[in-house]
Amino acid sequence: MIECDVAIVGTGLAGMRAGVAIAEKSKKVSVALISKTYPIRCHSVCAEGGSAAVLREGDSFDLHAWDTVKGSDFLADQDAVEFFVRECPKEIIRLENWGCPWSRTPDGRIAQRAFGGQSFERTVFAADRTGFHEVHTLYERLLSYDNVEFFNEYFLTNLAIENGRIQGISAIDLKNGKLEFFKAKAVILATGGAGRLYGFTTYSHQVTGDGMAIAYRCGIPLKDMEFMQFHPTGLIPSGILMTEACRGEGGYLRNRDGERFMAKYAPEKMELAPRDVVARAMWREIIEGRGFESEHGPYIALDLTHLGEEKIEERLPMIREAAIKFAGIDPVEEPIPVRPVQHYTMGGIHTNMLTETPVKGLFAAGECACISIHGANRLGSNSTVECLVFGRVAGEMALKFAENSKEPDIPKEFVREEEIRIYDRIGKGDENPHAIKRELNNIMDTHLWIFRDESGLKEALRKIKELKGRYDRVAISDTSRKFNVALLSTLEVGYLLDLAEVVATGALLRTESRGAHYRLDYPNRDDEKWLKHSMAYYSHDGPRFEYFPVRITRWKPVERRY
Amino acid sequence: MKFRIRRFDEKRGSYWQSFEVPVTTAMTVLDGLFYIRENLDSSLAFRASCRMGICGSCAVKINGRPRLACETQVSKFREVKIEPLDNFAVIKDLVTEFEGFFAKHKKVKPYLINPKADYENPVEQIQTPEELKVYYDFSLCIKCGACHSVCPAAATLEGYLSPAALVSAYRFNADSRDHGKEERLKIVSAADGVWRCHSAMECSEVCPKQIEPAKAIQLLRVATLR
Repeated sequence: MIECDVAIVGTGLAGMRAGVAIAEKSKKVSVALISKTYPIRCHSVCAEGGSAAVLREGDSFDLHAWDTVKGSDFLADQDAVEFFVRECPKEIIRLENWGCPWSRTPDGRIAQRAFGGQSFERTVFAADRTGFHEVHTLYERLLSYDNVEFFNEYFLTNLAIENGRIQGISAIDLKNGKLEFFKAKAVILATGGAGRLYGFTTYSHQVTGDGMAIAYRCGIPLKDMEFMQFHPTGLIPSGILMTEACRGEGGYLRNRDGERFMAKYAPEKMELAPRDVVARAMWREIIEGRGFESEHGPYIALDLTHLGEEKIEERLPMIREAAIKFAGIDPVEEPIPVRPVQHYTMGGIHTNMLTETPVKGLFAAGECACISIHGANRLGSNSTVECLVFGRVAGEMALKFAENSKEPDIPKEFVREEEIRIYDRIGKGDENPHAIKRELNNIMDTHLWIFRDESGLKEALRKIKELKGRYDRVAISDTSRKFNVALLSTLEVGYLLDLAEVVATGALLRTESRGAHYRLDYPNRDDEKWLKHSMAYYSHDGPRFEYFPVRITRWKPVERRY
Repeated sequence: MKFRIRRFDEKRGSYWQSFEVPVTTAMTVLDGLFYIRENLDSSLAFRASCRMGICGSCAVKINGRPRLACETQVSKFREVKIEPLDNFAVIKDLVTEFEGFFAKHKKVKPYLINPKADYENPVEQIQTPEELKVYYDFSLCIKCGACHSVCPAAATLEGYLSPAALVSAYRFNADSRDHGKEERLKIVSAADGVWRCHSAMECSEVCPKQIEPAKAIQLLRVATLR
């Protein structure tokens, strides 16, 4: 049993920012940072384009909030958005003070660029490696504190909750295969999104929604899970992200006729409309036969050739490198082949504005949480900074909770039951977990993609339930302890199946189109019936849904045009 | 295509195993490893995360040279021979122990030392694009361990700070906002520091991010002499 005051699970941007927040406020409280990978291998390093913050004259908190609310298709909670935008600038400047190599203006100030759905050039960036530099800056900052300890390559298996209060967590120490228990006064979940539900996705391999699924199984509701973001520009065939900054810096999208088709869909914002609008337009072009053909399927051209080598090298160097390495195409010379790609999980563990979950002492921040500031569609460059803003809040809340709470206790029965569950109960059958995951990915890529309808969603649910049945008979062929990847991937597939059921059920029940959730059979937004959050509660027979209203402060829903 | 992999586990020790992997266009070595794990042998241990060359997880020795599996196309080889990185203890198959490597990084104080920074009321500091350029390339290290695995000094001296940590030390010393240069120079010029480098330049040769650790080490040496 490892004892700590605060256990943070997940060391992406949100988890590490929470760690910094605690260490800056207290030298006494012990912090355990627990992560499935080494901290700098987290998925946050893949964030490319930038982080939004109001820094300059001409921009304002109201504008940032309005852009975010409108982008969310009015599903965001407006009080949370108003709080969020006011905190963003400080976070950007703190990172600057800790060494983040932000790109600069000629006179040495933090530079900003345009992003989709913004009415001001608001995105702070470090070339096109923003997430990478943010992660490294926070990780390195954490190395300067003495009360923070890293537990690298520990895989979360469960939360210990007694009498409505968190007591700690259990995790497999992958290096030796031992199930370890962390007793903690407060716990922060910062385990990221659920992207690997999908096959064609920008996500890193390890992003399997572990924290979301475990919280859900423990009775904590998941909010708004039917809202999955599709990023317009994923490189084919790998799905590697081609940042929105490609368009922010002036890149065009063209169909096979060479036409900048966004003029038809978003005449004002063109390529810089929000992601749901652009992804839908691209998909429409593709299914109506105006995409390019290739052995990897249809695609749209992301044209940067008119930007020139100098600008591409300065502003988009990694995009150029990735296009050359992974698609054999130099964007200086020819357009990049792209297709919309699953990219972000708007929904997540239900929390309030203070990152509190319904369980006392348990907090959630970053992509695994849903506060909600993104509503039905997140704006580009709002997620990295969300991790910073609410990572800090979670850290401070957990610190306060830990300082004022009694010793936690993980009961012996919990330990025994968890050991039996992991080592004895799972994996005695003959089904290949990887085959189940592949089939799940196909279902999601087909039926829970950009355009959805009732028959597809019902079909998806039927198949997911079937896969869950097969998962009960899954095989784990490797019984050794050290770095048992067979056990790891099997547990991950179990998490994904539970989440898939929530996503599909939520999507089937929501009979309207809002933001990233688009129903061909219900193509309009329906504020009268659906201006509300969905909350999925675990039950043995599948999720049970409840709904509660969106908090609207200043911006009444209006028609969304770009 | 044949994938020949040097595997290891406690029961069997070290052994070679071959797998036949169907090749598709644009297939990477990492794709091949996943194919094996998902279809042929679910126990094959390797690390992988971003699959786009930015997280540093998947460095392994491919046909004799350390590379990121995710950005190495199989089409350039007739057969793929994969081994764990040298100079790292093997835990299982291609997974090696990185704790010591990260501890070295921590040792050089790889963070901005900036007594003026005010946590509650942070103030933007000015840094011109020219000042940024001085250190920027050295901030791109993904800590994949490729440099460490080919370093002759790291091979013979366990405590040697090794190329990646020294890159970090240089990156912060060259940052116009930093006030910790003297502290760091003291660390890197100690017995296990820059003077242990054999100047073999192998690190610069294999770095997947073209960072030139050997150059950083040379620049640190010059600075310690001032």
